[in-house]
Amino acid sequence: MADGTGDTFPKIRTVGIDGMLVTFAPVLEDRANRAALAFRAAVDRSGVDYIFETATTLTSVYLRFDPLALSHDALQDRLQDLLAEQDWMEADLPEGRRLWTVPTVFGTELAPQLAEAASEAGMSEAEAIEDLTSSRVRVLTIGFAPGQPYMGPLKSAWDIPRLKAVTPRVPEGALVLAIRQVIVFTAETPTGWRHVGQTAFRGFRPEADAPFALLPGDEMRFEPITPEDLETIRADNADGMGGARVEDIA
Amino acid sequence: MTPALIVQSIGPAATIQDQGRPGYRDQGLSPSGAADLLALAEGAALLGQGADLAALEMPATGGKFQAEGDLRIALTGAPMMATLEDRPIAWNASHAVSAGQILQIGGAKAGVYGYLHLAGGIDAAPVLGARAAHLAAGLGKPVERGARLAAGAGAAGKSGLVLDVDDRFFGGEVRVVASLQTALFDDKTLARFEATAFKRGGRANRMGVEMLSEGDGFSASGQLDILSEVIVPGDIQMTGSGQPYVLLPESQTTGGYPRIGTVIPSDLPKVAQTPPGAEIRFRFVGMDTALEIESARRAHLKTLPGKVRPLVRDVHDIPDLLAYRLVGGAVSAPDDQTWGYDTGFNTGDAT
Repeated sequence: MADGTGDTFPKIRTVGIDGMLVTFAPVLEDRANRAALAFRAAVDRSGVDYIFETATTLTSVYLRFDPLALSHDALQDRLQDLLAEQDWMEADLPEGRRLWTVPTVFGTELAPQLAEAASEAGMSEAEAIEDLTSSRVRVLTIGFAPGQPYMGPLKSAWDIPRLKAVTPRVPEGALVLAIRQVIVFTAETPTGWRHVGQTAFRGFRPEADAPFALLPGDEMRFEPITPEDLETIRADNADGMGGARVEDIA
Repeated sequence: MTPALIVQSIGPAATIQDQGRPGYRDQGLSPSGAADLLALAEGAALLGQGADLAALEMPATGGKFQAEGDLRIALTGAPMMATLEDRPIAWNASHAVSAGQILQIGGAKAGVYGYLHLAGGIDAAPVLGARAAHLAAGLGKPVERGARLAAGAGAAGKSGLVLDVDDRFFGGEVRVVASLQTALFDDKTLARFEATAFKRGGRANRMGVEMLSEGDGFSASGQLDILSEVIVPGDIQMTGSGQPYVLLPESQTTGGYPRIGTVIPSDLPKVAQTPPGAEIRFRFVGMDTALEIESARRAHLKTLPGKVRPLVRDVHDIPDLLAYRLVGGAVSAPDDQTWGYDTGFNTGDAT
């Protein structure tokens, strides 16, 4: 019954008594993440009563529902119908996504592990900066800490492992990299991911009216700036944007 | 000014809690809310108000409070030694408190989380639609000395009422449903898991509770290769060494450790309230049974207001400390027990 031994995907499983999970792949692949984003949007559009909440993980859609008002069987049938509507692995990404351009200091003493990460990826520092600033990554999922985005995929050269020795304190706004993904930290965190850039972008702003900046499916690119530029941005960063620009993805 | 309790002293990690803020899982925010939601409902029944109001959650030990204005309170959850003007008062009961009086709440005699409710609820500013602190997420802070716990509107009503409550403060059997990763554990491991008497460990907070056992851990096949997946409160997570943690309302929203099953909502207060060293056994029930139990849980919550009765001739009301000691047995001094709570550990896998 274990994953990968003849199981077929998409697969529907229960989560506790009031949750259902639709999983598109047992390992992270980009089209499974795209399928999850598109399928969640379809579930939200379907307007089934007694579904209280939906969310995506890397390759799944989670639904929380009232199992006494909407039976497990009825919900499973509804989800099977929705799954049968199209090949979700080939689905278009949902509408309403945004592109964020975030000013970022690469390397320097503010992000001391760029050289190491570049070397792991077989690039010079300059090549690494060129590659990372010309890449556009998508928010694959948000988690671990509130509002914290896991973004990717970067090209395969960046499939570098996490460090075995955890760096004890990496600051809020840090751009960290491992396994073809990047994260902009929403709080100071110990981590095995490599600290390659530093931003003043805050993904979680608990004091603000809109505390969460990003949505799964949003995209991000990084614009190189100097440490002096970052100082200037930090001096006027009440909104937590860190100088980021945001535009709708048409 | 509305009546309030002024905090003169308080144990560590006491927080304002309500039913939490579900609905932000897509943003990585777990619901938070009272560790013992039943205690929240019991307090609301005692004060004749909605269970959506906020109360003070006190892990392992209470504090000392002075009334500013007349108000009504209720005490629920882990039974703690409580006095009003040095006179013992009953737990699982409501009481009138007059302006200037001192309320003292000591260490838990059983269980972990005690609750202090104010008529009208604690009037804190909601954040993202709820008043519940979520310390792991940086929402709200522990309540500190000098804080003013203001009562919300609608505070008038009866006091001197008591409620008989379900025992859930000594551990015992906890029912579990199979969940998304249960099938990753083989039948032998699942049988051994059910047959094991676990002891609640010393590492426990609002994120999760450690369960200790003798012998081998409980490992899933392919444990290291599992993609990070959704976590819900009640999930029983196996760490790298195969040792279970039961996750509570402030857990992370996703994690890479496999979950052997999920504690059903009706039994989650018992897990949160099991004191360190007490025994817990897990038993799997089918989904149909679990849903019948859930239906009964919801029905029970609805009956609570009708089960409240006047507090008469309770030994705790007899203003004679000697008589109280003779009847009540050992009396814990306030603040004599601070075990059972650890604010410093993290049940998640590091990024």
